[in-house]
Amino acid sequence: MSVRPASTEFPVELHEAGRVRSLSGLYLATMRMAVQTQIQYRAANYFYMFGMIAEPVIYLVVWTTIADQQGGSVQGLTAGYFAAYYIVWTLVRNMNVVFGAPYWEHRIREGELNRDLLRPVLPLHYDIAYFAGWKFVVILFWIPLAVGLSLVFEPTLDPRAFEILVFAVAIWGAYLLRTMLQESLGMLCFWTTRGAAIFDLYMTTELLLSGRLVPLPLMPDWVQDIAQFLPFQYAFFFPIESLVGDLSNAELLRGLAAQLLWILIGLAIFRLAWRHAIKRYSAVGG
Amino acid sequence: MNALRVSWLFFKVGVLNELQYRVNFVVQLFQSAIALTVGLVVLALVYSHTDELNGWSQPELLCVLGVQILMGGAIKMYIQPNMTRLIDDVREGKLDYALTKPEDAQMLVSVREVRIWQVVDLVSGSIVLAVGVSQISEGVGALDALGFGIALLLGGLMIYCFWLFIATAAFWVVNMWTVVELFDGVFQTGRWPVGIYPGWLRYSVTFLVPIAFAVTVPAEALTSRLDWQTLVLAVGFAAVLFAFTRWFWRFGLKNYTGASA
Repeated sequence: MSVRPASTEFPVELHEAGRVRSLSGLYLATMRMAVQTQIQYRAANYFYMFGMIAEPVIYLVVWTTIADQQGGSVQGLTAGYFAAYYIVWTLVRNMNVVFGAPYWEHRIREGELNRDLLRPVLPLHYDIAYFAGWKFVVILFWIPLAVGLSLVFEPTLDPRAFEILVFAVAIWGAYLLRTMLQESLGMLCFWTTRGAAIFDLYMTTELLLSGRLVPLPLMPDWVQDIAQFLPFQYAFFFPIESLVGDLSNAELLRGLAAQLLWILIGLAIFRLAWRHAIKRYSAVGG
Repeated sequence: MNALRVSWLFFKVGVLNELQYRVNFVVQLFQSAIALTVGLVVLALVYSHTDELNGWSQPELLCVLGVQILMGGAIKMYIQPNMTRLIDDVREGKLDYALTKPEDAQMLVSVREVRIWQVVDLVSGSIVLAVGVSQISEGVGALDALGFGIALLLGGLMIYCFWLFIATAAFWVVNMWTVVELFDGVFQTGRWPVGIYPGWLRYSVTFLVPIAFAVTVPAEALTSRLDWQTLVLAVGFAAVLFAFTRWFWRFGLKNYTGASA
């Protein structure tokens, strides 16, 4: 699995304890760097997050209108629920921003991968750490947005302490889960330069089955049945529902377990794909 | 007259240039098909839970969707490429090439680019619109159709003015790259009749970003909702907006010192 340079100037073998220590050191350093980099771009970050708000606000207004027309609720979901759902949506959507599959093409084409391969750790570690660091900036910037949206749309939000705890874990589970899915999908770029069509299809499937478009209970039953067996909802609907909805403790824990399971499956797929991809790879540029 | 001739020439060259890249047609076809599918799924979803949305039936909202796709196609085909090129030219110091030509500079920067494959969206938008219209039981009168045509042209003009205003701001604010994405996001509000939005948002997407004029008003014309006051307002607002952006553009040019040379 390890990708090491041929040169022996680098320390090639590390003891297991040393490996963990140096890896956690890498994570901390990268995360700190990401925070410092991104906090400089306050305006750009805010602009970006603000642009994201249009989408949930549209969904929210449409479903609130329907709920109001039907005497207050659709399928038992009230206007207050929709407001809470789509406001929490904005945070979960931001947690879903990871190193995207299309960027693997850029990484390969521009020869950045050559540099990455010279490092003694997988690029995956670097991606996870960098985007995780960025998330702290995003969460910080998200708070005033959420306050503003709450003042306008009056959400019904009354979580128990345990729900808040699960939510705090689940947003990071969502982050890791989507990272694994996107990185695995990105491996396609080693085989084709026309991955864009597949990525588009993937994004559409995700949009419909994850809860990004509407809370899943609004979907027809057969769609919900399909969604059950796919990972998408655990990166979107589950984290939101853990805070906004009324899940029992058992359901909450089951959701976290499902997240973990899908993260591990994603990781396995990535490792398998990576092993084959890196054998195919021949350097371009430098 | 000369302006028309120059525009037509640029258009022809642009089309010839784009026709070299035929795979892009397939790519565009695919992307438009996906976007249309999502749009239809959302409509089906909404109307599986209700019969009408704020007084709009499903065929009527199909018309709104059609107009939105059509207008979006026109924007991405002609307006947006020219305006993003203007922004890029200002940053890279290449605008001087356009300014030194013996034609009106605003006209020149507005017609230099064309993305012909966006024609897919024009076609698919028109089809959706036609299906929607054919399902409206009351039918569409000749006067409605005329109002629709006028409203559509006015809407396109207003969107152009909005984009020129934003692009002109690039004379002062160089980093405008996020604007395109921001506009794409906000333009999605056009999927739904503007009446469903709360007041602050309704006014924003009517007068700040004239999406309501570009999509809802033409759709209102088709569904016999348009009163003549709204049309007069559209004409007046378009005129004011055009005059203002022309003034703003000239004001910007006066302050522009060029980056190369």
